[in-house]
Amino acid sequence: MRTKALIRLLFLLSAIAWLAMVLSALAVSFSMRAGIHPDVPRWLPPVLLNIYLLSTYLYYKLKLERDELLSFTDLLWRVFATGLLAGIISLLLRLIDFLFGASRLTAHFLYKETGYFITVGLWAALLMINLVAWKRLILYQKTRWNYRVWMVFEYGLVGSLVFSALPVSPSENIRLLVLVIFILLAILLAANTRWVAYLSFRQKLTALLLLLLILFYHGYLFYTSNSMVYTLYQSETGVADHRYHLFLQAVFIFILVYGSFSFLVILFNLPTSSAFEKKLEEVVNFQRISQAIQTEQNEESVYKILLETSVSSVNADAAWLEMKTDNPGTALYTFGIDEAEARSLSMHLRDGRTAASAESVTDKARNLSARLKGSRFRSVIVAPVIVKEERVGTLVLVKELADGFNREMQQIAATFANQAGISIENFRLMEEVLQSERYKEELKIARRVQKSLLPQRLEQDACFEAAAFSESADEVGGDYYDTLRLSQNRVGIIIADVSGKGTSAAFHMSQMKGVFHSLADEQTSPEAFMQRANRALAHCLERSSFISAAYFVIDTRKGIIQYARAGHCPVLYYHARSNRAAYLQDEGLALGMLRQDGYAGMINQNTINYEPNDLLVLYTDGITEARNSRGEEFGFDRLSTVISEAHALPAQHIVNRVIDALYEFTGTKNINDDYTILTVKFR
Amino acid sequence: MVQIKRTQQDGIDIIRPEGEIDASSSIELDLTIAKSIGEGFTRILVDCSALDYISSAGLGVFMSYIEEMRDKKIRMVLFGMHNKVANTFDILGLNRLLTITATKEEALRALNG
Repeated sequence: MRTKALIRLLFLLSAIAWLAMVLSALAVSFSMRAGIHPDVPRWLPPVLLNIYLLSTYLYYKLKLERDELLSFTDLLWRVFATGLLAGIISLLLRLIDFLFGASRLTAHFLYKETGYFITVGLWAALLMINLVAWKRLILYQKTRWNYRVWMVFEYGLVGSLVFSALPVSPSENIRLLVLVIFILLAILLAANTRWVAYLSFRQKLTALLLLLLILFYHGYLFYTSNSMVYTLYQSETGVADHRYHLFLQAVFIFILVYGSFSFLVILFNLPTSSAFEKKLEEVVNFQRISQAIQTEQNEESVYKILLETSVSSVNADAAWLEMKTDNPGTALYTFGIDEAEARSLSMHLRDGRTAASAESVTDKARNLSARLKGSRFRSVIVAPVIVKEERVGTLVLVKELADGFNREMQQIAATFANQAGISIENFRLMEEVLQSERYKEELKIARRVQKSLLPQRLEQDACFEAAAFSESADEVGGDYYDTLRLSQNRVGIIIADVSGKGTSAAFHMSQMKGVFHSLADEQTSPEAFMQRANRALAHCLERSSFISAAYFVIDTRKGIIQYARAGHCPVLYYHARSNRAAYLQDEGLALGMLRQDGYAGMINQNTINYEPNDLLVLYTDGITEARNSRGEEFGFDRLSTVISEAHALPAQHIVNRVIDALYEFTGTKNINDDYTILTVKFR
Repeated sequence: MVQIKRTQQDGIDIIRPEGEIDASSSIELDLTIAKSIGEGFTRILVDCSALDYISSAGLGVFMSYIEEMRDKKIRMVLFGMHNKVANTFDILGLNRLLTITATKEEALRALNG
């Protein structure tokens, strides 16, 4: 907003300065002709003229600077428009002159002088906007060196402006010398025409026309001013005479020199501009394709963009992309050609075998042109699409013109094929990530389901309390524990460990739960339970899988525990009266190991008479075989030590103490096996 | 990690696992035994003296061949186990299904007897 106000202010200032200059100059001129001493000082008009020039310059500078994005042709257009306006006004003056040529008014010198001032004012305005425009063009992509030259030139201009207002008139030689220096500087600056390269062919034509017209307006206004000033003053110096105004002359010379230079540069650049544009198009195309690879969700749309851009980059008539698919056969993406034709052509190419590689396509294209007789196409580029050193597809570009492709185009095609490879790899990676996300999600569900297979609460009553903890190494595991009330005073407790871990173990664990709940009942002794479980599992387990288990029946009426151990870790029993913890050593083969008859002889049943405060500690080998960083196992001794120390605590606390001791020992919670502990405390 | 070496001596295939057999490395043991049977050996010795650890999955491999070996009249004897490894076999009751001896001599006798 502030610059906008400033621009208006400058416009007003330049208008006032010009009006004041005209009035004061007329006053001086009139007094001099009348032979009287003028009231207005003689130095005033030149100073006012300079104020006019300066404010006009600043006005255009601010006005054009506001438009940062102004294109070069727009810039030239603005200058041209100013020139056009100035030219029209000047022509109007001529028309008045022509219509009233014989009248006394037009013959009067005051009228003539006013006309001259108007013309000079218009020309000066055109010079100022042109100066601003040229500055912008010269300093486009400026280097330190050309910026310095420009600064020297600008200081020179300021100097000449100040000098022009001084009431001294230099000798003709010095004026000439100064002008020659300005010409040299202008030539130096004229070498900066980088902006020309960024014009498209059309823009160059426009720029040529505009430059020509701008130079014409300058010439016309200069000529008009000159002819006016000669009829006015002849060889005398006028009050504000442009012939002796060093600044105006310097700027005029500079603008002519740079304008003509630019004109010639554009003219000579015209033939090469199409190649430049082509390169630019390639860059833009590559940008498009790489952007598409990143953002497009759909494989097909990426291929479509790829084909479209590659066709436009090598001036082909049609293209297709043949990709290997998982199923036998290929997927075809076409551009400018229907699928059937593309299929028959690619079959043709394969039979010919000539275009198997993209090397020396020009020769092969010539060979192929014979083979492609049946088709409308005469040239072909074949580029393999390679992902991780494996050829996954082919990019084929065809053209109706014979020998229509060159080596460079072939390289471009190869680059596009590479891009296709990258996008395919991207999609594959994305697919893999999605897939593994799905698996993770599935595993989470499996974990939730498996957690629900373990009991939420354990059976306990007035005679005993029970607590347990279980964790698996992977999302799901093969440890199982459960309790079941068999009758009012009998409770069954099981702990089991499926061999191995992970998903297969988890499946067998769920089978074990089924077996437990269907077989355990009041009539079944632990020994019988194991025999039946073995028979049931023999048909369910994988060949190399087995389940170690221990099954306990607590009879609270008799105060006894009956149990059978099928290959499970020896149970730890803490005897409160003797204050001793011991592992119960007895024989028993794991379930599923012997799948024929004969298991009955492999399992024993034992009985313990429990007393208040005794502890039954069930666990899986994940606990005793857990290792620390030195490779030592937690072991049986550490477990029994922890139990001996914690025996007085409630069951849940004992479980917590064991797990804490385990984590402290291993230094981590990531134990490489499923681990479970269950304690039963009698009261 | 486990490294399994195989040597043959008087028509006996001697399999020597070195290191630790866990869930992932048990596959290697499985392959070795399958190969030995596939090559037609009827007498197999498993030298466990360099076996530091065996998990339940590893034991499952031995277990899975018991019936096949019985049917094909193949004899397999394990020997030279460390206490800890032997303990693992004992707990599961596998010592009752497999022939396990302390020394190689005993193993050879068990094999030929």
